[in-house]
Amino acid sequence: MVLAMAERTKKQRPTSRHDTANEDEPTAAAENETSTDIRGTDRLKEELDGLLDEIDEVLETNAEDFVKSYVQKGGE
Amino acid sequence: MAIAKVCGIETEYGIVVRNAELNAVNASSMLINAYLGRSETRTAWDFFDEQPGNDARGLLLGEILAPEVETHLVNTVLTNGARYYVDHAHPECSTPECRTPSEVVRYDRAAEEIMRASMERAKALLAPDGEIVVYKNNSDGKGNSYGCHENYLVDRALPFGRLVSQITPHFVTRQVYAGAGKVGSESPGSMPGDVAYQLSQRADFFEEEVGLETTLKRPIVNTRDEPHCDPAKYRRLHVIVGDANMSEMATYLKVGTTAIVLAMLEDDALGDDLVLAHPVTAIRQVSNDPTLRATVALANGKRITALDAQWQLLERARTWADRHGLDSVTVDDGKRILEEWESVLEGLERDPNEVADVVDWVAKKRLVDGYAQRHSLAPSDARLKAIDLQYSDLRVDRSLAARCGLRTITEPADVRIAIDAPPESTRAYFRGTCLARFAGDIVAANWDSIVFDIGRDPLKRVPMMEPLRGTKALVGDLLDSCATSAELVARLAESPGT
Repeated sequence: MVLAMAERTKKQRPTSRHDTANEDEPTAAAENETSTDIRGTDRLKEELDGLLDEIDEVLETNAEDFVKSYVQKGGE
Repeated sequence: MAIAKVCGIETEYGIVVRNAELNAVNASSMLINAYLGRSETRTAWDFFDEQPGNDARGLLLGEILAPEVETHLVNTVLTNGARYYVDHAHPECSTPECRTPSEVVRYDRAAEEIMRASMERAKALLAPDGEIVVYKNNSDGKGNSYGCHENYLVDRALPFGRLVSQITPHFVTRQVYAGAGKVGSESPGSMPGDVAYQLSQRADFFEEEVGLETTLKRPIVNTRDEPHCDPAKYRRLHVIVGDANMSEMATYLKVGTTAIVLAMLEDDALGDDLVLAHPVTAIRQVSNDPTLRATVALANGKRITALDAQWQLLERARTWADRHGLDSVTVDDGKRILEEWESVLEGLERDPNEVADVVDWVAKKRLVDGYAQRHSLAPSDARLKAIDLQYSDLRVDRSLAARCGLRTITEPADVRIAIDAPPESTRAYFRGTCLARFAGDIVAANWDSIVFDIGRDPLKRVPMMEPLRGTKALVGDLLDSCATSAELVARLAESPGT
């Protein structure tokens, strides 16, 4: 399953964390970023929905019994 | 100068038997026996020299529970240089010694494939509905934990006391990207509902800052002093505080950043200002806070978030790398670790969901939260804990981790090769190649020696006390040119130092 998240374009990374607090970013760039974020959010939501559908299919049918019976001896 | 950070991972896997009458010990044995098959010549693990009770702090008075060596259970060496065995009631696989963190990831993945093959071969031996299932996690949710240990070669000259105090902040705060995530809490005295979700599988089980135990009163820094190599020159730091990761990049970051921080300690490049006031409290504070805003107390009276501590470590690592170079972790790996380290911290700082393709606890939390929302489930609903457990199910058709888009950094073809072939960069090359060529003449093997039976003569033990000897570059031609183990042993005797 190819996920949108894996393909997400990498944003230009600042060289130091302090640059991330730069508040003087040009408005155009900020707007651009916002619309990218909205599209990204939709895509992430879609992808999560697909993932949750899959979980419905493969999750242990009796979750309660499965969780209860998953008992391990301590190790190491 | 920092020494080469030869490293590896040992993983104990959770095990579940379905529709068969087998206890966990027998099921673990069955997995290993099924993997090895009947036709293959097996090489037993050699317990000569095992001293897990040795304490790095020297002789200590008082009650210390030294780990026992279980010599009667299935225990074998594979041609890729790994050790595959039954430990307590779990199947465990230790990767061979690797020269770089990226090699460790490849061999950790190979170990997963070995577990998958074991499950498939064991299934063929059971009744049609019988099955043994393996989980790459560290707790059953009921207070029982099993480990994923890392090992790093460290210069014996590094004072152990400084190592303990300066590595601890990294062990406590690396959870922000290395935690595998857990639904609920198992810390002593915690009530159901206290903690809905936490970063780490293991943080609940640590009760001491430093110590020898691994099964009770677990310490953040384990003092087992069993170097499996020249004890005058090296120690092996046995790290028991980590989670088993399903994300390859999380494994890479966990091992890579730790290798770098240890190399920095050897060069005395870290300082004491990140030393924690209360490490045991701090490890739980960090784990119990998915918002990443909690602060922990430093010994100097200040407070810091786990993310800020990691930013500090990264910044110092960069300065150290500029000054001392990255040979200890190799230049290619070193540069990549520093880049990925920065990238994951940035993601976590902006919005953890950005790194759901790298960080296990984030990936798992997305599933848990999303599922709870979709079906309007209470935090205590068994289905959410089932998601937690099934995240690390190693069956491809059941694993949730395999479905949630985690970034991979290995090539499938390389992982396939690593199932059988050793890394070429350490003494594991010599061990694995000898096993592949001369298994019939090898009585036993372990990390630092191989015992040959070459016929008329007494058994010959070939020591391998230097982890960076026995590499393909050093012994590849020799191994290729020897037709028999007798010839190999004779020629090794003529050329010590290979």
